[in-house]
Amino acid sequence: MDSLFFILSGISLAIGVVALLIGSLGLLRLPDVYSRIHAVGMIDTAGAGFILLGMLFYAGFSIASVKLAAIGIFLFFTSPIATDAVALVAHQNGVDPTPGTKLSIKPTKGATRKPKAKAAKTAKASPKAKAKASVKASVKAKAKTKAKASGKGKSSS
Amino acid sequence: MAENFASVMMVVAIVACCISMLMAIIRAGLGKTAFDRLLAVNAVGTVIIIGIALHGFILGRPEFIDISILYAVINFIGTFAVLKLFSTGTLGDGKGRAKANAGIGGGEEE
Repeated sequence: MDSLFFILSGISLAIGVVALLIGSLGLLRLPDVYSRIHAVGMIDTAGAGFILLGMLFYAGFSIASVKLAAIGIFLFFTSPIATDAVALVAHQNGVDPTPGTKLSIKPTKGATRKPKAKAAKTAKASPKAKAKASVKASVKAKAKTKAKASGKGKSSS
Repeated sequence: MAENFASVMMVVAIVACCISMLMAIIRAGLGKTAFDRLLAVNAVGTVIIIGIALHGFILGRPEFIDISILYAVINFIGTFAVLKLFSTGTLGDGKGRAKANAGIGGGEEE
């Protein structure tokens, strides 16, 4: 019975090691913040979870296994929250996905971010212009001038 | 025999933790945006949690798990503190860039 627990412990540790190495390789090699978040999720769930499970099998029924379970439950709840918050704040601060991927707005790498930020700031003043700008990204410059004009009119009225 | 297998796997796991931490530190140095670095530091924290617990088991002193719990809490709080500083420009003490931004953007409501 004891040897069964030790064998289970070794197998869980092996799976955890593989997940940890794959996740850290992904963190190093993937091109983008959002895809790197995916790799960190691998480390946080599969890697930490299986290694903690292996240590839990090794410890058997003791106070150490209770503490290990506490760490596991805490990581299970907090690490997705942390990675989700990183994605949220990165998106709010205007970090774009890699150009060419499906979620990216920009088709190429040439466009700078500055005019877009300006457009967003002016669009905040009038939501109608914002909708227009989001619908037609190709006529962004035109929408920007329009938004500027409308903003001016609004402030003067 | 089986216990030997498990303890050898623990040593392998702690070596893998070192390799993984090294990769995450390289990403924290290379990272283009600040969020890459923050993500890498978060991963380093997770790996350190596992590594301290493994170290305690290898040395036969499982009391190290308490330190590991402390690291888990601090890692979570630290990530959120840095994210709050990025998103609002202040840590909640009322003085910071957030107030200045509110002063600039105050004209938009009308």
